[in-house]
Amino acid sequence: MVDQLSPLAPVLRPGRHALADHSVGVTLTETQPGSIVQLAAWRGEEGALIAAIREVAGLALPDGAGGGVSTEAKAGFGFAPGKFLVVDQDEGLAAAFAKAVAPETGTVTDLSHGRTAIRIAGPKAEWVLAKFFATDFSLPAFPLGSGISTVHHDIFAQIQRSGADEFDVYVFRSFARSFWKSLCHASEEVGYEVL
Amino acid sequence: MIITCPYCGPRDSSEFVYREEGGRIRPDQASTDQAAWNAYVYDRVNTAGEHDEIWQHSGGCRAHLRIVRNTVTHRIVSVAFARDHGRPHERRKAETPA
Ligand SMILES: [Zn+2]
Repeated sequence: MVDQLSPLAPVLRPGRHALADHSVGVTLTETQPGSIVQLAAWRGEEGALIAAIREVAGLALPDGAGGGVSTEAKAGFGFAPGKFLVVDQDEGLAAAFAKAVAPETGTVTDLSHGRTAIRIAGPKAEWVLAKFFATDFSLPAFPLGSGISTVHHDIFAQIQRSGADEFDVYVFRSFARSFWKSLCHASEEVGYEVL
Repeated sequence: MIITCPYCGPRDSSEFVYREEGGRIRPDQASTDQAAWNAYVYDRVNTAGEHDEIWQHSGGCRAHLRIVRNTVTHRIVSVAFARDHGRPHERRKAETPA
């Protein structure tokens, strides 16, 4: 496969950017998945597509809007009616889905080079994300594993809760550097560490 | 203003865009009926009160929605997927006579 180049490379400054008292409220990471695949079911084919996701990725997505699963290496969630994002740290997921999803079921779009995945984790993760997005990040409104689609000005974002205080944010690659810089600025208030 | 998207749940109205008045039926593409096209393009109910509208959750799931909004109070009366019904309601002006 063609190497994936990070759009964040020129601005990524690993290390602690902590507060004066050395505290760190969030850690920021580019998770660099090998595969980011968007799947869309034709109307009435949602069940068949969810079955294909289980077969190919081994992820059992729960029913319901935004339902998802996040594991160490793989993740998937619904982000719109009949539409799902499935992510794998390994390459080759799109090719596997292209074999498993019949044209009558839906479509497979390989976004591996088109999205940048940013993980924000820590006790202040909800607080920092709430500066960007007018959505409720509290655990009851945004359960573990589930995902949402939202927007910060013109930067569309798909966000999955991968832990109690951990979120994975997927943004368009061409907007990723700008979003990353904003995210670092927004994190200065609570102290942050880039891993 | 908060709009409760049937997929995404309650979201700020800044995530949504107004598309058009609901319930408008395009004449057949092959039609040369000028009055029908004129009515389709220009005539609006322009309700003061509960108004049928097509919106899009452009900053979210991107679904098109049929929303009934009170144009006097801005209260959102109902929200549903536009695709479930094609068009919101049968509350159009009478067709312009040809
Ligand atoms: Zn929505």
